[in-house]
Amino acid sequence: MNIGLTVNGMAQAHDVEPRTLLVHYLREACGLTGTKVGCDTSSCGACTVLVDGESVKSCTMLAAQADGSAVTTIEGLADGDAWHPVQQAFHEHHGLQCGYCTAGMVMAAVSLLDEIPNPSERDVRIGIEGNLCRCTGYHNIVESVLAAAEQMRTQAK
Amino acid sequence: MIPAAFDYVRADSADAALAALAEYGEDAKLLAGGMSLLPLMKLRLATPSVLVDVGRIRELSYVRDVGDHVAIGALTRHRDVETDDVLARECGVLRAVAAQVGDNQVRHRGTIGGSVAHGDPASDLPAALLALDATFVAQGPGGTREIAAADFFQGFLETALAPDELLCEIRVPKTGANGFAFEKFNRRAQDFATVGVVAASLGGATRVGLINMGSTPLRATAVEQALAQGASAADAASHAAEGTEPSADLNASVEYREHLARVLVRRALEAI
Repeated sequence: MNIGLTVNGMAQAHDVEPRTLLVHYLREACGLTGTKVGCDTSSCGACTVLVDGESVKSCTMLAAQADGSAVTTIEGLADGDAWHPVQQAFHEHHGLQCGYCTAGMVMAAVSLLDEIPNPSERDVRIGIEGNLCRCTGYHNIVESVLAAAEQMRTQAK
Repeated sequence: MIPAAFDYVRADSADAALAALAEYGEDAKLLAGGMSLLPLMKLRLATPSVLVDVGRIRELSYVRDVGDHVAIGALTRHRDVETDDVLARECGVLRAVAAQVGDNQVRHRGTIGGSVAHGDPASDLPAALLALDATFVAQGPGGTREIAAADFFQGFLETALAPDELLCEIRVPKTGANGFAFEKFNRRAQDFATVGVVAASLGGATRVGLINMGSTPLRATAVEQALAQGASAADAASHAAEGTEPSADLNASVEYREHLARVLVRRALEAI
């Protein structure tokens, strides 16, 4: 079947099998390998991308379901050479170790901060419960998201 | 993991969905948010030959105050239930339960009707809707019919919906902003409840729903009867496992689930 969608602002159109999962479509048809496949069972969140601005697990969504939508992956966050505030905060606050969960964690955080611009630490911990990290113990990830929230609120003023 | 091959049909209206179900018969399966169905298909535990995608039927995504009850479109996403102002005022319990389904990503895709039609006894919303005596409205080739929650959940992942019917609306009573408790016990964030309890005050009585205590969502009937006869929360809660048939799995034995039910019901009744 033919699908057409926008990925990181660029129009994409492909002939796909109906059973193609969005994550495989992004990685293999669009060549965007920043989005990772982790558990492949919608538990770990490594495959998190934004569909029409909201976080979803792309291993548990058909590419066909995203037909006509706007998808954002980790590759689409930076503005040229300028990182997104969430990316910058993960860098500055050491919000990653091995990095495997990071693309999904960052995308989940972007969606969370869109819904809750001024989160408490508890809001952040609950907000990223769909993303597993086996390295950091989450402490620096939470610090990063809180720092990004503050930075984004400052920028918005 | 990739699902077995299937044909994909998108329905943009309830009528189009019913037409597709009539055309493809029992080979077809409805796809709403896909948060339960797609994992089953990836594991090849479900292999429908046709998927009818109803996830974009906007006319079935709404929350409406209709006087004596609140009507919720079957394709309303958990996220929209969780943040809805009408439900905050009129049925706070449903909003609170929806807010703990899965995680943010799951709530952005999953729908209340999808959860109900899937009929998983480990899911939170079916047990909550059973406790609330919700009414489910299904549309089929012969028209529309109403199904009481008490008659809806018939076995493990089995409901009263016919293969050619579409669940369209969920009707819940007005229980108010407060007067409820939700106790969900699990060992890891985002997990299904090992056992869960939804308690809500309705018409002067307390209703108690049990999550993951049998092959269907259950009402804690013995607890409700004890409360009606004036029992204390602790005494009523001691009946929580009566009439249940929990299964044993990696997370809990039968005995542990029965213990959890008694403890969680007591906590819920004390908190309500």
